[in-house]
Amino acid sequence: MNIKELFDTPSELMDPTASKSAVVLITRIRLARNLAQLPFPGWSKEAQRRQAFDTCLQAVTSLPQMKRGLSFAIEELNDLEKQMLVERHLISRELSQGKAGAGLVVSRDQSCVVMINEEDHLRIQYLRAGFVFKKVWTAINALDTELENRIDYAFSPELGYLTACPTNLGTAIRASTMLHLPALVISGQMEKVVRAVNQLGMAVRGLFGEGSDASGSIFQISNQTTLGETEEGIIKHLTGVLNTIVEQELTAREKILEADAAKLFDKIGRAYGILQNGFLLSSGETMNLLSLIRLGADLGIFPEGQRAVVDRLFIECQPGHVQHAAKGEQDPSQRDLLRAEKLRQEFTRMPAPVFDKADR
Amino acid sequence: MANSLKCDLCGKPATVHLTQIINNKIHKVDLCEACAQAKGVTDPNGFSLADLLLKASLNPEVTEPTGEMKCGICGFTQQDFKKTGRFGCPSCYEYFRNALEPLLENMHKGTHHIGKVPQKAMERKDLYTRLTHLESELEKAIKSERYEDAARYRDEITQAKQAASHKQNP
Repeated sequence: MNIKELFDTPSELMDPTASKSAVVLITRIRLARNLAQLPFPGWSKEAQRRQAFDTCLQAVTSLPQMKRGLSFAIEELNDLEKQMLVERHLISRELSQGKAGAGLVVSRDQSCVVMINEEDHLRIQYLRAGFVFKKVWTAINALDTELENRIDYAFSPELGYLTACPTNLGTAIRASTMLHLPALVISGQMEKVVRAVNQLGMAVRGLFGEGSDASGSIFQISNQTTLGETEEGIIKHLTGVLNTIVEQELTAREKILEADAAKLFDKIGRAYGILQNGFLLSSGETMNLLSLIRLGADLGIFPEGQRAVVDRLFIECQPGHVQHAAKGEQDPSQRDLLRAEKLRQEFTRMPAPVFDKADR
Repeated sequence: MANSLKCDLCGKPATVHLTQIINNKIHKVDLCEACAQAKGVTDPNGFSLADLLLKASLNPEVTEPTGEMKCGICGFTQQDFKKTGRFGCPSCYEYFRNALEPLLENMHKGTHHIGKVPQKAMERKDLYTRLTHLESELEKAIKSERYEDAARYRDEITQAKQAASHKQNP
């Protein structure tokens, strides 16, 4: 398998058979680990980064979990390929801009990625569709235990796993989910939710992490503190908070339906119309329209199976994926044209909205 | 204005005063307009108070006046940390220990790791705990002039160290 085949294979998030839930799109856990004997990547000389890359690559590719997986040095990927990896949530923006020695190993099913020489020597990540922390933690914990037999981790009994940034010390875990919260956005409650979540010591970000906007009403919520707690404790605490947010979102949906169903149905119907007939669609507008279609599927206005179509389009309508489908770099206006063309095709196959079916 | 608070990051007059409660602890940060913008304080989505506190608390006047700290292994300095918010190598955590401790209290729920421990590190940890215990016993024995006990502790320490280095390089 090479990178072309990787991109032609749907990732976990785009796979229609993966479990899809109404509010939680993705569950992800990331563990940061470092080699005990070398400076952190940001302070390493090029030779040291390359040395770390070789050590990590050898250890990671020998893992049973990475059997028949793929590995790349960032230097061997072109800009479009890097962008697509970011859009699939496989690597961070920081890694995509990485210097010599940066790279990644990705499992065959694209559910597990190990980034090498990002902020830390190793950033191990597992990602699954739906709200499945238990499954993801079991998988990543097993991989980490396997890896510690092959690598001497930087670890201190008091401070835990030693990371380049002290905000990650201790468990060095970041557990996060991507949530689709259209009703909280429509009803203007999102700011309140962000504030409450921040006060609980958790972070809220946009779809593509730090600094990205929340187009498509998709938010990433994760733990921010890592030291003085166990991994299970952190996940449990986060799960509790997330359950509350999911409940709030569902309540907000009910309230909108009670108070002004016509207005919401109008938005959903118009979104369907634009996606089926639009001729120029930017990625931001597309995300917001798709978000309404997903909400429609949650409410029963579209068949439930269409949720998976929307989740796939969330990724395939990103700039990198649009250009990949067109087999080369395209300027933004050309991309909007291509994106609209793709969506017209997809939406001729999408059943028309049936508003009577909405669960009120 | 009567109060002359300075920006925690650059020292210019502060106009943005932020109070946030994390884990039932109050955190206060004072910033000038430019730094507030740069740190994304105005944008609730992209703002990390932890990062900010980290850099703010490492202002020179807060730390002890013993001159600039430097990591003996990788040469990373306190100034470098102020610039990047990150450390140079795992050993930096030893060298910057004293300056770091109060930061960790603000940043995390605790200052002691209670999560997963890697097996190999576990062996190192056991050894570390044992040696710390023996060394404090040795010190106590010397203070109270129990020289026979002291000699025994000293031998145990040597033995433990030898056993550990033997295990590492069999």
